[in-house]
Amino acid sequence: MDLNYTAEEQAFREEVRSFLQAKLPADISSKVKNHKRLAKDDFVRWQKILFAQGWGSAAWPKVFGGTGWNAVQQHIFDEECADAGAPLQLPFGLKMVAPVIMAFGNPAQQQRFLPRIIDGTDWWCQGYSEPGSGSDLASLKTKAERVNSTDGDHYVVNGQKTWNTLGQHADWIFCLVRTSTEGRQQEGISFLLIDMKTPGITVRPIIMLDGEHEINEVWFEDVKVPVENLIGEENKGWTYAKFLLGHERTGIAGVGRSKRELKKLKGIAAKEIAGGKPLIEDMRFRDRVAQVELELMALEITNLRVISAEGEKKRAPGPEASILKIKGSEIQQMLTELQMQALGHYGLPYIEEALDAGWGGDELMPTYADYAAPLSGHYFNFRKTTIYGGSNEIQKNIISQMILGL
Amino acid sequence: MDFNYTEEQLAIQDTLRRFIAKDYGFEHRRATAKSADGFDRQAWATFAEFGILALPFPEDMGGLNGNGVDTMLVMEMLGRGLALEPYIATVVLCGGLIRDAGNTAQQESIIGGIAGGERLLALAHYEANGRYDLAHVTTTATANGGDANSGWKLNGAKVVALGAPAADTLVVSAKTAKGISLFLVDAKAAGVRLRAYPTQDGARAGDVKLVNVEVNAEALIGSDGGGLPLVERAVDYANAALCAEAVGIMSALNEVTLEYLKTRKQFGVPIGKFQALQHRMADTVVATEQARSMAINAAVRVDSADAAERSRTVAAAKAYVSAQARFVGQQAVQLHGGMGVTDELNVAHYFKRLTMIGLTFGDADYQLGKFSDTLLAA
Repeated sequence: MDLNYTAEEQAFREEVRSFLQAKLPADISSKVKNHKRLAKDDFVRWQKILFAQGWGSAAWPKVFGGTGWNAVQQHIFDEECADAGAPLQLPFGLKMVAPVIMAFGNPAQQQRFLPRIIDGTDWWCQGYSEPGSGSDLASLKTKAERVNSTDGDHYVVNGQKTWNTLGQHADWIFCLVRTSTEGRQQEGISFLLIDMKTPGITVRPIIMLDGEHEINEVWFEDVKVPVENLIGEENKGWTYAKFLLGHERTGIAGVGRSKRELKKLKGIAAKEIAGGKPLIEDMRFRDRVAQVELELMALEITNLRVISAEGEKKRAPGPEASILKIKGSEIQQMLTELQMQALGHYGLPYIEEALDAGWGGDELMPTYADYAAPLSGHYFNFRKTTIYGGSNEIQKNIISQMILGL
Repeated sequence: MDFNYTEEQLAIQDTLRRFIAKDYGFEHRRATAKSADGFDRQAWATFAEFGILALPFPEDMGGLNGNGVDTMLVMEMLGRGLALEPYIATVVLCGGLIRDAGNTAQQESIIGGIAGGERLLALAHYEANGRYDLAHVTTTATANGGDANSGWKLNGAKVVALGAPAADTLVVSAKTAKGISLFLVDAKAAGVRLRAYPTQDGARAGDVKLVNVEVNAEALIGSDGGGLPLVERAVDYANAALCAEAVGIMSALNEVTLEYLKTRKQFGVPIGKFQALQHRMADTVVATEQARSMAINAAVRVDSADAAERSRTVAAAKAYVSAQARFVGQQAVQLHGGMGVTDELNVAHYFKRLTMIGLTFGDADYQLGKFSDTLLAA
């Protein structure tokens, strides 16, 4: 039992840190740390920088151009990136569709899609949920009919996907579609890759409660998809979907990010003045900060326990991921709530332009701190974390049924 | 980064697990709690044979050179069995104090006795109106004729000294002209009076009154006036041990509760089929795993040479584990329905022990405050 990082692991951390100091653009990290609006180009630029370093994907095996790092190294990389204010590498391409293509795609698909994911060329989005299929995903109805024609066999896709994140920027979407209504509903689902430029696709924004456009509906009307874009076998898509949902593990707890946000919260509580003293000196507030910190300390160790077990036994992703998801999301929400609460009055104003980088404040609001503008919106936005990726209630179903056998 | 146990650690764990299963079952435990001593002297002798009473002492004192993680493993298993033996009082608290601060003569005369299972000790430190404040000591130690070499006279009163009824020797804190100091006091010395009682969880403790108790100069542990940091460190060891014990209990309790959910039927189905109960059960599992992480953290850092780091980590762990223990205990009782509030099942006994752990050596609020105040320094 040793909770210290080895000398090699510490050296690795130093290497990551120096890289971030040298290569992470200051305009991007400033946006991330201050919760400003990120543009598509911010994500893409950072992915290209990582790719140039050979670090385009921490989790991919070397054979596909990944780093081949072990779980502890990946964790250190995540932690340092979060601390430095690097934008999250969006998971849809790198962590969701790519592992499915590696595991179940054919060599032609691997050669066609993977290089363009890791070098930042293609932006991917997800087509899973539908208006009538949320937690009960297997009930999905978007239909793909196979048609033989002279210009090559293809599927014709009709239906509607929702809760699609950042699809307005996307080049490709991976979709679960219904190819059969025979047997159990899980047995009629297929996994399709669809070019977003195909005629018949319409992306409509869903404005979220913070006023931002992060989420979309995606409509498919007689969309022609070549059969070579089918992953694996027809009607086996549910197996691939489950593989995908259980695959992403080390990042799911969001420990690095929450550590950065806790630091930010403490910084705000040291600057906000209440009764002539910094807010952090108010015991009632400070104890709430302390309570979140305890949760985070525990989660960090739990996360490391899972990572180290994974590293040694090469275990398949298991239900521990549910524990990490539940606690990780709860902590993220507590932090956003306390950041907002720390502002007091100035949690109220909604100043849209303040989310733009370089907004310089307003002379008539002298005590409106530069960090205040995004925090209430961020709190509202982060109510999503206990809902997405399998709601926390679904996670509890997984724990009670898969781990406990109830 | 390594979360594995050594072969020796796994062996200790395995030995204790088998002992608890075979020789320290719930009915045995129940009878022991009602016996005059309130613990099993035969089990204590077995612990000596296993070596766990020698565990945290260095080899040159006849010990096994164990660390905080070894203590954690032992406490987790003792927790599973709801063991009543005064392991924390004798080995962790008083043994730790004498190991860290005793002089060679004290170490030679006492550590061997602890390791061999022949000698029991108890710390008599807390006092009325001081709550969990370790610096609150009004008991006095007066040097005879003003000369510390001529021995001391102790006067005062101590509350809820765990394990005191069976102790051969008490470690008593008292204020001298130089400050808080620690003294070895024979439990049978003239002027020592003890009001012994069982605790809510079936263990034994007592209030101690000291009236003109004479001890010689060799009774002083560590330096005159240097007692407080020693007690702080010892209580940190004890709290780390309590965290591990609580985690052992929570794991065992979850197993019992899960089994009940699978076997108890209502409305024609096992009650574990109901989602309201499934989610409560899932919550207790999450709470237990998170508590385990904090207990591990405390077990590793309690050996830190940096006192601030040690005490901050242990406070964090105790605050967190106590809160999870309260949650898990209350849920287990609720999930057992009426059976959960009977004396008949072990569930209530696990629950009571978890509750008492929360109140011992600083409750969740006290520990949270201690941790929270470190945020001011940051």
